[in-house]
Amino acid sequence: MSDPKFEPGAEPALPIPDGDGGTDLDVAVLPSFGFGHRSLMWWGTWGMIAIEGTVFALTIATYFYLRGQGTQWPIAEPPPDLLWGTLNVLVFLASAVPNQAAKRAAERYDLAGARRATLGCAALGMVLLILRVFEFRHLNCRWDTDAYGSVVWTLLGFHTAHLLTDWLDTAVLGVMLCTGPIEGKRYVDVSENAMYWYFVLASWLPIYGVIYWVPRLPPVLSP
Amino acid sequence: MSIHDTRSAELEATWRDPPGLRGVLSAVNHKTIGRRFIVTAFSFFVAAGILAGLMRLQLMHPGNTVLGPDRYAQIFTMHGTTMMFLFAVPVMQAVAVYVVPLMIGARSIAFPRLNAYAFWIYLFGGVMLYGAFLLNVGPDAGWFAYVPLSGPAYSPGKRVDFWAQMITFTELSGLLEAVIQITTIFKLRAPGMTLNRLPLYVWSVLVTNFMILFAMPAVMLSSTALIMDRLVGTHFYNPAEGGDVLLWQHLFWFFGHPEVYFIFVPALGFMSTIIATFSRRQIFGYTAMVVALIATAFLAFGLWVHHMFATNLPELGKSFFTAVSMMIAIPSAVQIFCWLATLKTGRLVMEVPLHFVLAFFFILVVGGLTGVMLAAVPLDLQVHDTYFVVAHFHYVLIGGAVFPLVGAFYYWFPKVTGRMLSGVLGRWHFWLFFAGFNLTFFPMHVLGLLGMPRRVYTYPADPGWGALNLLSTVGDWITGVSFLLFALNVWRALARGMPAGANPWGAPTLEWATSSPPHAANFPRVPLVRGVAPLWLAEPYAGHVRGLADTQREVLATTVLDAAPDHRMIMPTPTIWPFLSAVATTMLFIGSIFTPWAVVWGTVPVAVALVAWFWPTRAETAEHLALEKRP
Amino acid sequence: MSGLPLAAFLDTPPLGELSQDALRAAGPQAAATLALWWPTLALCSAVLLGILIALGYALATSGRAVRSAPGDLSSLANREPGLVRAVSVGVALSTVALLGLVAASAATDRKLASLDTAGALQVHVIAHQWWWEFEYLDADVTRRFVTANELHLPVGRAVELVLDADDVIHSLWIPNLAGKRDLIPGHTQTLRLRADRAGVYRGQCAEYCGYQHANMALRVVAEEPGAFTAWADRMRAPAAAPATPLAQQGRAIFENGTCAMCHTVSGTPAAAKHAPDLTHLASRRRLAAETLENTHDLLARWISRPNALKPGVYMPDQAYSESDVQALTAYLETLK
Ligand code: HEA
Ligand code: HEA
Ligand code: HEC
Ligand code: CUA
Ligand SMILES: [Cu+2]
Repeated sequence: MSDPKFEPGAEPALPIPDGDGGTDLDVAVLPSFGFGHRSLMWWGTWGMIAIEGTVFALTIATYFYLRGQGTQWPIAEPPPDLLWGTLNVLVFLASAVPNQAAKRAAERYDLAGARRATLGCAALGMVLLILRVFEFRHLNCRWDTDAYGSVVWTLLGFHTAHLLTDWLDTAVLGVMLCTGPIEGKRYVDVSENAMYWYFVLASWLPIYGVIYWVPRLPPVLSP
Repeated sequence: MSIHDTRSAELEATWRDPPGLRGVLSAVNHKTIGRRFIVTAFSFFVAAGILAGLMRLQLMHPGNTVLGPDRYAQIFTMHGTTMMFLFAVPVMQAVAVYVVPLMIGARSIAFPRLNAYAFWIYLFGGVMLYGAFLLNVGPDAGWFAYVPLSGPAYSPGKRVDFWAQMITFTELSGLLEAVIQITTIFKLRAPGMTLNRLPLYVWSVLVTNFMILFAMPAVMLSSTALIMDRLVGTHFYNPAEGGDVLLWQHLFWFFGHPEVYFIFVPALGFMSTIIATFSRRQIFGYTAMVVALIATAFLAFGLWVHHMFATNLPELGKSFFTAVSMMIAIPSAVQIFCWLATLKTGRLVMEVPLHFVLAFFFILVVGGLTGVMLAAVPLDLQVHDTYFVVAHFHYVLIGGAVFPLVGAFYYWFPKVTGRMLSGVLGRWHFWLFFAGFNLTFFPMHVLGLLGMPRRVYTYPADPGWGALNLLSTVGDWITGVSFLLFALNVWRALARGMPAGANPWGAPTLEWATSSPPHAANFPRVPLVRGVAPLWLAEPYAGHVRGLADTQREVLATTVLDAAPDHRMIMPTPTIWPFLSAVATTMLFIGSIFTPWAVVWGTVPVAVALVAWFWPTRAETAEHLALEKRP
Repeated sequence: MSGLPLAAFLDTPPLGELSQDALRAAGPQAAATLALWWPTLALCSAVLLGILIALGYALATSGRAVRSAPGDLSSLANREPGLVRAVSVGVALSTVALLGLVAASAATDRKLASLDTAGALQVHVIAHQWWWEFEYLDADVTRRFVTANELHLPVGRAVELVLDADDVIHSLWIPNLAGKRDLIPGHTQTLRLRADRAGVYRGQCAEYCGYQHANMALRVVAEEPGAFTAWADRMRAPAAAPATPLAQQGRAIFENGTCAMCHTVSGTPAAAKHAPDLTHLASRRRLAAETLENTHDLLARWISRPNALKPGVYMPDQAYSESDVQALTAYLETLK
């Protein structure tokens, strides 16, 4: 059997004889954090994304399952009004700009830049949340009228819960960046938070399509 | 080497959980949390076992009147729910919380505070359910709570709400554990423990946690929809308003089938671990074993419908699910044959843990074979929802999970406590359990074929089911005695068991390299791994890691595939916030049973607790900055 | 299990005398299933035996060691071709056996689906918590009739049971005749079967449906076509007017009291559909979905205290005087 190679991921760690026949590895020279998949946070965040993405996927599957049960969809109501949801798509897309800026700034250790961009994200998040209120009011159905209403409200509700928690995360992180002192790990947090924001953004697009456009499909494509 | 001793004492102080009540509530060391997790899960096992005893008492004779229908319904529901959600799934994750970091040469689990939080959530969920049960609001719609029986119209009152919220608790805990354990296994392995040197047990934990990640969301969605139907008037399952009752079954079993493999797959890891150690050789066919685990996980997502054959599905669909259900036997066959090959060519050390895993070859195989019978639609339509199915799942659950688990308990007990369990009592426990188990459950196959449905609180004398039921009840008593001996054995060992030493079994994996019970930091010196069975090498390690701080909980993160050193990182210290966050979360969940507004006002304390949890103190930041080195 | 000593030991009833087991078939559907069952059992027993022999052989021929013995890692260097071969053969054999089972199962499915249902008798089965309603369908609507808890079938003629549930999910299972099928609110299903042997079979609800799931059984009477037709004609007839004064008094209580709010007795003003049709109650052998023998005493006790006999039942306990109960019982006993 051959000995393993202890190639360090980033920088050389010094092999030192350890006195019991082997060779010690001095890791003091290694960095104390890392971005991307090097960090544990990245894996944790992706784990949460996998879980929540599955929840969204299953809720959408439920939507189509229920749609397949009857001949009429929506069951007894007009489809949701397009305006607010579509507006939200645009603001979401726009939020990618400060979000990417935050990620970049964090990876450059640019505190001022990260601060600005993070607070910018939080501000746009606030706008999204306010628009959400209007979205709910223009769904044209209630959760307790029929199964269509139930699943639409649930879908939008789940997404809103993510929007809300990520907004809170971002806001807290923004405050943390402003009050300092800041250790390097925080930059990793900013970068991971940006990744999570992309998930919230990306998941909105299919959900938007399902909530707003599936009820408008021409009858040929209906069950 | 006195320098090592003082360093080691300093390290111990760094990693130890604080003393006193505050320490109880703020502990984050994975060994403390793991121990609590395991003890809690076994307590639920005892509780559910006692409930099983009550059921057996009622079913001992036809027309018995020990329990009425209402009490019986609560008891079988609590038995099934507890065994599945509060014992079998959590106990597997609990063992992993304790063992995995040790086995991979890590000083800590990833996200230790989250780990503590996951434990508290699990504990509170279980306590809530039992509190409700003792107040006569225990759930009573069966462990899979089919709608509409569990819906607002046919289960008024709060019973099913407690059940649905218990699901929320355990699934939150289980999902968090999945994320924690996957990250631990990917990022915190000792240098040199490449993926193809990962012990098979760790592989099984990894695979299980991936299954949890993608299966548990289904039950989260279904139970949320159920509780919303019950509490705020949605119509997911109400056919009168466009909902559908089979939606519940699809969502529940999309989770429920993989769930039984959350229980089975880690047990396969116990099997591989124990068989390797006690046959003094590597498991034959390491790669095949890993592939079999992964194949089982994939197939497990393709056969949920085999629980729904009696609901009538399209012909083609049924054949597909029959085929997949049967094909999942192939990975099991691979594992079984590889173990047999290992046993055949090994030199066996006939200790108690090996007994428990050898029982697998009879019990699990019987259960697996009845599973294959159930996968055939025509046969299933006869025995579905009868005692034949009850026999099947106890054979697989107990033979495929509880026996290996108890074996693992005997195996790792010396590591956790530093004491040996008695081999004599252990053998008595084994043989009585084996005999009692088979006496309890073998007759149930026949009962099912003779027409006895499950979930009946009483049955008439005419069909001739009395004799076999009596046998079954007697079998349960024997099992009960065996577990009393087990309890005695544990108690004796804790009081005055033989000291174990670091590696009493002569085992090959890293957890046996450290002292028993392990040092607070697990490994005073983190080894550099150079093989899949390090302790059986003439020279176990290529050397050690040096340069990690002794006064901070510093660990080494390594790369995913090769476990090459990547960066140092400081793990968080003990804190009470996970506990307080769990309390706040519990208030939210329980409150929501009584008013949906709890979801609104309940989030405030949760948010406050979470922010407090993550907010760094200035002192901490200063210490971290002192050790900081940018990449 | 006819002929097996086990049946004698267990004291199970003979086939057709209220038997309820899947191991004895009284019709083609159950027989086809048994034809799959026995070979499957044989194959699985052989597999089990094979595994146990392999285990015994492995344990008998392997060496022994003590705890302190060192582990042997030589297998990491050697490929162990003998073991590779043995394991591969085992896996290959298992795969073949499993494919065989898949094919056999699919073939049986086909056979079950191919039951000839031309000229089948149609019965609409509605499951309630916790009793069975049977509506015998007929192209001629006037020839339809409703009964409860006792299902009569003509021997040798296919039957199509149209299944619906009124409240929660139930499952209809008559093991001597066929596998089970769920009755699901919102999904109408059918179950096709045929009884080839006259006799009485017991069936039971197999899906947990609440507190009295245990006492939701039914009696299936398979009789020669002539006897069946005669029975059906009796069932179509409305209830005869009671002759004795006691029974007449009972009828008055029945119609003016609560009973008529739930039950039907055809030919009388009592026409509610919430509970078993009682038009021919006295012809039934048992009461309340096989819970009780249909005797004078038990019927009387049932009328005033059903919850004592079937706890949780959806028929209220009522404080009738002893004489009212006797009158009601007398009336119900005229409903032949
Ligand atoms: C640890 C848990 C566990 C495990 C491992 C299994 C394993 C299997 N189960 Fe089981 N099952 C349950 C737990 C488990 N099950 C539970 C809890 C329920 C009931 C839930 C409820 O209703 O309450 C259930 C119910 C259940 C049903 C539904 C029954 C019904 O309700 O009508 C079916 C049907 O297909 C089924 C099939 C199988 C199959 C095919 C396997 C296979 O994985 C088995 C594979 C293993 C072997 C076959 C043995 C080894 C293989 C060989 C030796 C090779 C050679 C073999 C042959 C050639 C045949 N199971
Ligand atoms: C891992 C899972 C698991 C385990 C281990 C068991 C273990 C047992 N089960 Fe369980 N069972 C289920 C999972 C499990 N069960 C599920 C999922 C259901 C379906 C529920 C439903 O339909 O909804 C079920 C249903 C079920 C039924 C069918 C009920 C019905 O349909 O009406 C029965 C009936 O006999 C039964 C019996 C038993 C018995 C006798 C044991 C025994 O093996 C138990 C042995 C354990 C003990 C005896 C504990 C003893 C410990 C002590 C005595 C120690 C003393 C302690 C101290 C001193 C501190 N079980
Ligand atoms: C609120 C509704 C209700 C009322 C009122 C009611 N019953 Fe019933 N009855 C039921 C139900 C439901 C059943 C079926 C119970 C079961 O088997 O679970 C039943 C069953 C019966 C049976 C057995 C039927 C069979 O097929 O075995 C008899 C006899 C009976 N009732 C008689 C009476 C009489 C007499 C009265 C009045 C004194 C009465 N019932 C009042 C609901 C009612
Ligand atoms: Cu109806 Cu069980
Ligand atoms: Cu399954």
